[in-house]
Amino acid sequence: MTAPIVVFFVLAALAVIGAVSLILQKHPIHSALSLIVVMVALAGLYLLLGAEFVAAVQIIVYGGAIMVLFVFVIMLLNAGVEEHISVSKMAGAPGLLLVVALAGVVAATIAQSSESVQIVPQTGEISSTLGISNMIFREFVYPFELTSFLILVAVLGATVLAQREKS
Amino acid sequence: MVPTNYYVILSAILFGLGVFAFIFKRNIITIFMSIELMLNAVNLAFVAFSQALGKLDGQVFVLFVIVVAAAEAAVGLGIIILIARNRQTLNVERVDLLKL
Repeated sequence: MTAPIVVFFVLAALAVIGAVSLILQKHPIHSALSLIVVMVALAGLYLLLGAEFVAAVQIIVYGGAIMVLFVFVIMLLNAGVEEHISVSKMAGAPGLLLVVALAGVVAATIAQSSESVQIVPQTGEISSTLGISNMIFREFVYPFELTSFLILVAVLGATVLAQREKS
Repeated sequence: MVPTNYYVILSAILFGLGVFAFIFKRNIITIFMSIELMLNAVNLAFVAFSQALGKLDGQVFVLFVIVVAAAEAAVGLGIIILIARNRQTLNVERVDLLKL
């Protein structure tokens, strides 16, 4: 076991524990804190993969902005412990069947992917941030500009939705 | 070097947990958080394949996914505030106006 494998397993365990905790917690604020653990663990995995820019964006945008928005809304709405209503019998069996089918498809795809992906030897010297900026502002410049429009529309939409109606 | 398969399997596990939470949680905010968990799982697969193939396209896609997730969170939380204001509940079982 080399050092990167050990680091991977520690971070992977942290991410999975956080995701399970998201499901098990009854209070939404506890679920939100569990999700932050998952996101920080994933940022560590991105660093392990040599994607330092994506790791920084993950922490700043997901761990910072989006989760603060979630916590803010939970506190604003004063969300309490979720009340449990039993799942209907009719929905239970087909749902379980679909989960098993999904797991089967994913497992089959992973089993095939190990043969189809050609591993390229890593140089590890080149900064991925430089490459990403070159790609965003050359090949992906139009999609990049369109995202600004998307954010503008989202801001307008959120403002209109959350606005209190004048009576 | 960690094999790419490990990352893809972890990504699949996280996505599965996200789907599970999406189906079985009853609080609308928690359901929304499970969507974010699924997006994160897909991002991990993107970055892992980007590294395996030695190309940066996957990382650029991850940035776009993060932008879309941020926009989606803003609009979705606006909708949640609207539901909470109109129906006085966050439980999805009680938001059944379209149910026969």
